[in-house]
Amino acid sequence: MFKVYRNIDFFDCPFPKGSKKDYSTSLGIRQCFQRILPLGSGQKFFEKLIREISLVLLTLKSRLCFSRLKPRLIPLILVLFLSIFSFDASAQRFPKPEFESGFEQEAHQLTLPRSDFMEYFDVFVLLVAMSLITWLILKKRSRKGVFWMSIFSILYFGFYREGCVCSVGSLQNIALALFNPGYKIPLTVLAFFLIPLVYALFFGRTFCAGVCPLGAIQDIFAWKPLQLKPWLQKMLGLIPFIYLGLAVLYAATATDFVICRYDPFVGFYRINAEFTMIVLGGLFLLTSIFIARPYCRFICPYGVLLNWMSRFSKYHMTITPNECIQCKLCENSCPFGAIEIPEVSVPKEPKKKSVRRFVSLALIIPALAILGAWTGAQFHENLAMVHPKVKLAEEVFIINENGGFDENNTENETLEIDAYRRSGQAAEELYAEAEIILKQFYTGGIWLGGFLGLVFGFTLAGLSLFRYREDYEPNKGECLSCARCMDYCPVEKEITVKN
Amino acid sequence: MSKDEKNKDLSRRDFLQKGFRLTAALSLGGLGIFLAKDASSEDGLWQIDPSKCVQCGRCATHCVVTPSAVKCLHVFDMCGYCDLCGGYFRPEAKQLHTGAENQLCPTGAIKRNFVEDPFFQYEIIDELCIGCGKCVAGCDAFGNGSLQLQVSHDICVNCNQCAIATNCPADAFERVPSSKKNISKGFSGGEDV
Ligand code: SF4
Ligand code: SF4
Ligand code: SF4
Ligand code: SF4
Ligand code: SF4
Repeated sequence: MFKVYRNIDFFDCPFPKGSKKDYSTSLGIRQCFQRILPLGSGQKFFEKLIREISLVLLTLKSRLCFSRLKPRLIPLILVLFLSIFSFDASAQRFPKPEFESGFEQEAHQLTLPRSDFMEYFDVFVLLVAMSLITWLILKKRSRKGVFWMSIFSILYFGFYREGCVCSVGSLQNIALALFNPGYKIPLTVLAFFLIPLVYALFFGRTFCAGVCPLGAIQDIFAWKPLQLKPWLQKMLGLIPFIYLGLAVLYAATATDFVICRYDPFVGFYRINAEFTMIVLGGLFLLTSIFIARPYCRFICPYGVLLNWMSRFSKYHMTITPNECIQCKLCENSCPFGAIEIPEVSVPKEPKKKSVRRFVSLALIIPALAILGAWTGAQFHENLAMVHPKVKLAEEVFIINENGGFDENNTENETLEIDAYRRSGQAAEELYAEAEIILKQFYTGGIWLGGFLGLVFGFTLAGLSLFRYREDYEPNKGECLSCARCMDYCPVEKEITVKN
Repeated sequence: MSKDEKNKDLSRRDFLQKGFRLTAALSLGGLGIFLAKDASSEDGLWQIDPSKCVQCGRCATHCVVTPSAVKCLHVFDMCGYCDLCGGYFRPEAKQLHTGAENQLCPTGAIKRNFVEDPFFQYEIIDELCIGCGKCVAGCDAFGNGSLQLQVSHDICVNCNQCAIATNCPADAFERVPSSKKNISKGFSGGEDV
């Protein structure tokens, strides 16, 4: 009985076309089956019966060429079947057979993830690496040590851990967790986020020096660093703030993790990646030769947070182990332009002038913040279009405006529309969901714009301020604690002769 | 600037620094505690919800690992062991034998083993499967839906943001805690969805 249905043309089903792609008729035949095979549970006899009947039907279909029958007959046949058996769509169409030959079903081919223990081990490695490199920089003052730590990080956090999870990306998990109660952030990710910041708060950006796998791979390429013009460095230095703002906005709205998506080096660490990613990463590394650490200085959003922490660090590294003798040897030693030269002759401006400047700044900064917030709110729809749901709702809206879905012409529709149509979700429900997301983007846009306005304002303020400084010092915010400048300082550690 | 003024300036700077450092430490600590309260001690993993997947084919092309970490998983419990398998045979297949021209799978990753008349067991060869979902679509349309796409943990590098998830048109990817590492449809050995 079972063999009669060989050689049938399965796909020549006369039912309405539905799905596109290879299965131009699959939905049709699927509908047949769902109606033909109303399998309840435990009704062995009926199951067998249905199975056979359906096969006979299929055989009939091929033998008599079902499709040549008048289409009107088909619903009739279906109704016949439906009236005999109750319809249960959730059950299996073909029940699992009971094997007579004693065949034992194989175990499922399940795979196991890396154990949680190993994830905690990574946190441990991070802690040890941070402590070690901090000690190497602050106590040993050893550039060599930092270099070898970089190599270790490239190997461990880079090639072995394949770049995930990294502290830079973890800031998005934080944003996601803060705004989406449904997301439970793993403790390990939280640790990856916090540990480098805590270290930066006390010891400066020792994480950047040689623990961050992204920084480390660029660092070893810094062969011929050029000094950038300070104004250019300042301008480019604003990009990380914008990137940080966008990354937090998109993570908080559960849209995407942009930092991960556009991480240029992770492709190297995984050996294979999309071609564009490899090219982007390659360009960054080539640039690194002349403009040291371009990603760190002009892109990295986590660097912004580290920069803030490091500014207030208590035990930040110093160029000289003792007292600066103004020899100027280190002046150009920093590949990142992070060394600030002494400013002893700060012009003492008249009180009136400084008051006026203070007042104008006090007006400009809030004004910029408000202007930014307003702009952010204006552009919230553009920002939100990145969200797949908003985009889908927009497309569905346009389709419905133009007369709804064309069931017979599904060839040109996008996969997204296809998936939506098959999910059977009501358009109103989709619009409502998109509406909520748009509201989130409205609020988010205000915050993002306000934040950027403040950043611009404070950068302006920073430009007009002079800070009194006697010695050559690293800029605590921008210094990556790479320890290069230390080698240039001729002062010995142990000069203690002083009166 | 006189010595006195300078010292005053420096000590004021010091004081400000201390204040800011304290603020930063408190906010870091506060953030940490706030998030740790609700954090999960397990790692997060990516899995596909098979009931949402529409077999669009992007799983094969968008994974950062090549070939994709997404593979076809055969849930034997759900399989009807059919002779005419909608996941195995091409729609146009004229004869039901294992010739390559009859097979739906572009890489020949499905092995058809005879069990007993008229039943066959279909086995996925993970090394060959590229996660294109063609067989899954076939099984879904004609069979029981026992072939399902799923992320293989041993290949997946567990990206913080799965590259396929951002491109999945059906929003079928989700983060699951590691105790729920295998989700599938109608599978008594794993966690049902
Ligand atoms: S600036 Fe960013 S990318 Fe560079 S080393 Fe620091 S954390 Fe890493
Ligand atoms: S340690 Fe020295 S050379 Fe390195 S980034 Fe800081 S100031 Fe520049
Ligand atoms: S991308 Fe999504 S819909 Fe497409 S095959 Fe993968 S899980 Fe299924
Ligand atoms: S058809 Fe595609 S998903 Fe199915 S086994 Fe072959 S390669 Fe894997
Ligand atoms: S998490 Fe990464 S490796 Fe795993 S399936 Fe997604 S893209 Fe592929």
